[in-house]
Amino acid sequence: MYSACKNSFFFQKPFVILPWIFTKKTMIKNIGFIDNSRLITESLVRAGADVFVGYPITPANLLYLYAGHRFPQFIAAPDEITTVQMMSGLAATGKIPVTATSFPGFALMIESINMAYMMELPMVIVLVQRLGPATGTATCGAQGDVLIVNGIISGGLAIPILSICNISDYWILPAKAVEMAVRMRTPVIILTSKEEVMTQHSVNLSTLPEVKKVKQEIYKSSEKYIPYEADENLVPKFLPLTTNEHQVRLTASTHDKKGIIQNTSDEALENTIRLHRKILHNMKDFCFYEYDSDPLADLVLVSFGITSMASKVAIKKLRAEGLPVSLLLVKTLMPVPLDYYKILEKYSQIFIAEENLTGQYRQFLFGNSLPSHIHGINKIGKMIEPEEIIAKIYSVKSLN
Amino acid sequence: MEKEFLTKDPLPFCKGCGHTLISQNTEKALRKLNYEHTDVILVTDIGCHGIIDKSFLTHTVHGLHGRSVALASGISIGLHGKNKKVIVFMGDGSATIGMQHIIDAAHNNDDMTVVIHNNMLYGMTGGQPSEFTPKGFKTPTLQAGATRDCYDVCEVVAAAGASYVRRITGIGDFSDELAEAFSRKGFSLVEVMEVCSSYAIKANPGFKLKDVVQKAGLHSKVYVDRSIPVFESVVKDKTRSLVDAEIFIEQKFSFSLDAPKKIMLAGSAGEGVQVAAELFARAAISCGLFATKKGSYPVTVGIGYSASQIILSPEEIEYTGFEYPDNMIVTSQEGLDFAAAMLKKMPESSLLFIQDGLKTDGCRAKIFHADFRSNIQSKNVSLVAMYQFLVHSGLIPAKAFLHTVSGSKIAEKTDIEKLFGITNSGPDTLH
Repeated sequence: MYSACKNSFFFQKPFVILPWIFTKKTMIKNIGFIDNSRLITESLVRAGADVFVGYPITPANLLYLYAGHRFPQFIAAPDEITTVQMMSGLAATGKIPVTATSFPGFALMIESINMAYMMELPMVIVLVQRLGPATGTATCGAQGDVLIVNGIISGGLAIPILSICNISDYWILPAKAVEMAVRMRTPVIILTSKEEVMTQHSVNLSTLPEVKKVKQEIYKSSEKYIPYEADENLVPKFLPLTTNEHQVRLTASTHDKKGIIQNTSDEALENTIRLHRKILHNMKDFCFYEYDSDPLADLVLVSFGITSMASKVAIKKLRAEGLPVSLLLVKTLMPVPLDYYKILEKYSQIFIAEENLTGQYRQFLFGNSLPSHIHGINKIGKMIEPEEIIAKIYSVKSLN
Repeated sequence: MEKEFLTKDPLPFCKGCGHTLISQNTEKALRKLNYEHTDVILVTDIGCHGIIDKSFLTHTVHGLHGRSVALASGISIGLHGKNKKVIVFMGDGSATIGMQHIIDAAHNNDDMTVVIHNNMLYGMTGGQPSEFTPKGFKTPTLQAGATRDCYDVCEVVAAAGASYVRRITGIGDFSDELAEAFSRKGFSLVEVMEVCSSYAIKANPGFKLKDVVQKAGLHSKVYVDRSIPVFESVVKDKTRSLVDAEIFIEQKFSFSLDAPKKIMLAGSAGEGVQVAAELFARAAISCGLFATKKGSYPVTVGIGYSASQIILSPEEIEYTGFEYPDNMIVTSQEGLDFAAAMLKKMPESSLLFIQDGLKTDGCRAKIFHADFRSNIQSKNVSLVAMYQFLVHSGLIPAKAFLHTVSGSKIAEKTDIEKLFGITNSGPDTLH
């Protein structure tokens, strides 16, 4: 059952981020009333992202707005294809670019993201989900692009996708995305949604932990530079086009280590396979999730993104009512850590809550022919409410 | 010995292909300008011409079909001040699909030279016509010949604002012309008319390049050569933090709630709904409470409904939505229409604070009618309604709201106390 997921990887040390928001009112000092777009933007810049390229789209507007104030460099592109092309060009010169968009813009970006992936250029793309299909409803949130983002790299190669499940993550994970992009030389996608980036919260800003600037390592040897010769972590050393020391070749076509276009030579195919392995190999350091387990529970609720908070509330209420239940909030959405399966196999009933019609993450984890112990909690057009999660869990419990 | 810019290997093109001449003339032009290999970034596209990058000893970047100019724009911006030369090779097929990028780069005057290899058809995919195929010109898939005039990219790009635009009929030595284009600052474009030896000659017996170009009404000349400012993206040394003390909310008041309270403010776009809701939440925070605010509105900005859901709590708030509010403030029919479903769910214990004249059939909540609109500018309706609601309900101290609004930008142009109808008593007498 669990082998259905081709993009699984194994990790040794789970990295669990602890929330930094204090719950006791008396501890609050410097309170701001802010949206998470503000935290995302600030975190990206502090981590070293230095140029924002964007085309405005609802509901990513606030990210665009803040980026204009905060990024050292801001470029208004005339469309989303140009956006990622410009980002790639800037990344090739040593910049760390960021953009924010929603599905209609993201759809246009896909070929160019493939190009950046093939050229091995770092960048962060914040995808703010809204209700589709097509133009759908621009001002309504959704979690409907889960399967799209996973499948964007032709050939099914792995691309890192992060989702955010609590306020502290809006500060920590964007910085992690920058680190991932630079260390793995890859585009990284942060999957979020309208309510996540536009709803305002009171936040204790005095407890924000330090965000360290990511250092981009540059090839320094006097020996001939071979652009796609990878190190032990399967990542090639980076050399920007600013260099006067060595020739740099970047290409979107199948290529050998020198960056010369090949048809299907062994070396070129090995390079293509390496792109996938590079992500799987290095993701062990970027596995983020929250697992709140109850030793007596035989059922587990899985969620991510905007539905995480409703899931937390639901779990609290269920426990208060005497039902032992565990909660797994996934932040590293894809490639999926094998540990998620290890956790889930402990439970006789699995509930997966996500704001889409078909249960996209559920399908991703378990395929289309679902075992009877896996249940979806789904909705479109409105956020899933804690009561709806509770009702579904009780309805299944009553049948078993 | 003169610097070589091409490797010793044979060029990768068919015998007689015009691309060979462009590559050789490019090398010659680069030599004339005395560039070093790493001074030049050659950005290539998809199409036969794109396989040239392996032959050049410069930096090379090989991108997607039609997108090379957009890619080169990013490279050019990133290399600003580094004294590098960005050259883009693209075909007429790439120029067809990527025309928007060409226009945009010309419009910005991005620093690069684009060399369009115009052989008037798609060579790599079997000889299909492009938008650059001249009227009457035949291709293997268009035996009857093109029925429309082709694009005149030089006219388009000159109009868009390029620094330098030139068309060359690609015969013999045109390295001086290329060198002139390469030496210009800003966006320069050279369209080289040339021959696809595999498809054009066979489909057009007796093909003569000069005749085809002339018949198409395409002139081999300089269209523009002008000195205009090159696009420069500002790089700021320092920008201001988005989470600095400027946004901290001072806790001026002390007030608590026993349990979370859910409030809905529903009205019309342009009537300050979101602003009033935000100021209300800020006022609650200034009392020591936690708050969230979630907006709902259609895609239109100044028309239609606008609503805001606010949650106040003595504890951190996890879930920011609700099925129905404890208190609803409705200021207009549009707001009422939007809130109708939620209104029906409100129990007897809840409060509806609503504009005079709006119908509230089927509502079980306690209803309080008031007038927020008479003699009030529409942009202030939501603020007035919120203030009146607080005076009436005491949900949080009205003076906290008054204080927050008085400290906001709105107060720069509006007398807030007058707006709220506070006449002979100061804010201390309020709840």
